[in-house]
Amino acid sequence: MAGPLDFFGGFKITLRHMGRVRVTTAYPDAKRPKQPRQHGRHVLNRYEDGSEKCIGCELCAGVCPVDCIYVRGLDNPPDHPVSPGERYGYVYEINFLRCIHCDMCVEACPTQAITESKLFEFSFSNRADAIYTKAELLVDDEGRPQRLPWEDWREGEDAMTGGWMRATSPSGAADYEGVVQWTGDLGVGVRAPEGGQSEQRDDAATGSKPLRTAFFRHIVPQDLPDGVRGLRGRIAAWRAIKGGQL
Amino acid sequence: MMLASVVDPIYAHGLTLAVVVIVLVRMLVGFAVLMGAVTIMIWFERKAISDMQSRLGPTRWGPFGLFQTLADGLKLIVKEDLVPAEADRFTYKLAPYLSLIPALVTFAIVPVGGTVHIAGHPVTLQIANPPVGVLLMLAMSGISVYGVVLAGWASGSKYPLMSAVRASAQMISYEAALGMTIVTVVLATGSLSTQSIVAAQAHGIWHWNLIRLGVVPFVVFLIAITAELNRPPFDVVEAETELVGGFHTEYSSFRFGVFYLAEFMNTITMSAVIVTLFLGGPAGWVPNVPHLRWVFPILWFLIKTVFFAFSYIWFRAALPRFRYDQLMDLGWKRLIPLSLGWMLIVAGFLIKMSWGFLMAALVILAWTLLSRTVTIGERRLEGADSLLPAVGERPLPGRVLRAFTDREGE
Repeated sequence: MAGPLDFFGGFKITLRHMGRVRVTTAYPDAKRPKQPRQHGRHVLNRYEDGSEKCIGCELCAGVCPVDCIYVRGLDNPPDHPVSPGERYGYVYEINFLRCIHCDMCVEACPTQAITESKLFEFSFSNRADAIYTKAELLVDDEGRPQRLPWEDWREGEDAMTGGWMRATSPSGAADYEGVVQWTGDLGVGVRAPEGGQSEQRDDAATGSKPLRTAFFRHIVPQDLPDGVRGLRGRIAAWRAIKGGQL
Repeated sequence: MMLASVVDPIYAHGLTLAVVVIVLVRMLVGFAVLMGAVTIMIWFERKAISDMQSRLGPTRWGPFGLFQTLADGLKLIVKEDLVPAEADRFTYKLAPYLSLIPALVTFAIVPVGGTVHIAGHPVTLQIANPPVGVLLMLAMSGISVYGVVLAGWASGSKYPLMSAVRASAQMISYEAALGMTIVTVVLATGSLSTQSIVAAQAHGIWHWNLIRLGVVPFVVFLIAITAELNRPPFDVVEAETELVGGFHTEYSSFRFGVFYLAEFMNTITMSAVIVTLFLGGPAGWVPNVPHLRWVFPILWFLIKTVFFAFSYIWFRAALPRFRYDQLMDLGWKRLIPLSLGWMLIVAGFLIKMSWGFLMAALVILAWTLLSRTVTIGERRLEGADSLLPAVGERPLPGRVLRAFTDREGE
């Protein structure tokens, strides 16, 4: 039943919002933490002994829906092999003006050579610059993605690259979700499973958290579960998040 | 000289050089303050509305984004100035100034503070105090409509033209209610001069027109002035979802900036006018501080004006835009009868108590008749004995008209 004072409901709610937490951030200065499985700029991984994972099979180039990847494989030189297998990626180029970050290359890769970091803030002043070659894509000698001068890297954007792949399973079989089926990476070792719908997830190792926790401050009271509704409940939930219990 | 001394005490002892300098400086200061206030008002509006929408708003320029307006102004000035090929060039270039200058002139009649003494001359803190005072304000708001209408027409483009048509109709509808409430204030004061209107309200909060005239004229005035300003929820003139940018769609660069400036300047000026007419202007409690007593009226005036500036922003954040027919309904069927009736009642009570009650009875009777008429009209359109077929089977407007007119011959 609409009362005559309901007219002022909009005034009340706008005034109440003035004291609320801001949903937006002062963007270039402050950035939101990236989601654990964010799709960003690719990296080419290396094994723990420093050899490249890419075997030049061109499956990524074949599966790419926008034809942004160009790969040419070559037989490994017998005296100083680049990758452990028979062949290696001789040319590896990605055109980031075309890439839609669908991660299908990551799914297709049989050796987990190509994964995606969380970086997406990079731009170019000419088309040729947008084509990343192997020199830019390959991780450095510590196993970290190269921080190129025109890219805006923030803390945590190079962590857990290719989280999406590790969230399900490389083979696609649900039974293997959360089971480690991948090789170690240079400088990092074997990465922890991200965990999808199963309980086999290691949130402490991967830094992922439930969406409700990540966006806790932006959820309106009506969407909160009964336990954390109201001021007291929200304070309790906030303490739990701060204390690392959630 | 006789008339001049009535208008402003500064002319009482003749027109000396000092007087001319003081008057000129007063004008310049008024202009500068208003310009500064506009930049702050734009910032304030953007910040307040972003707060209400849980956003941050401008943050990049200066502390809290305070210089954002200056950056925007600079950007507008250096942008390319386009005149559409179809435009009526002279009118197109004239229109922004027809919007801006009335806003500036209207502020001149607002008394900002009490009287201060500079070099032995009594100086009222008001740029001009013409005997016609409030009429000047009405005239200026009438002229500022020309800015909008001519801009829309001269652009040679269809959306601005629609916007111009809407603007003219809206202004006419709401100017009537506006005028009627001003007449109520003038009746109670007995003078058109803003100085006298403020002086009549100076003796405490119970003398403010807000309370003395009953709250109704104030509410009507606030609604009507919001419509006059084309501010939400009455911004059908520049409804982005319907008319792109409205009358200033074709304007760019500095000319657009002038419209923008005029809009916000009008908001400030009209807040100041409401404060003058209904909240006693600079009236308020003044503590007995030596040498600083003149500051407090200015502070009171500022506080009241900022409150109204804030409420315009609040309206914008809280209320959805009116549909055009709802706007006309509110203006013609509610605000105009209400303000007219209230004016008659106030006039009655000013003569004699019995006259007042007689007027009240007459107004109630007229109001009943009017609402009965409106109801019958609406029932013919949509009610049980409607002549119209169900929605979806509606005939063309010509046939509807025939159905209405032919009914008499049944």
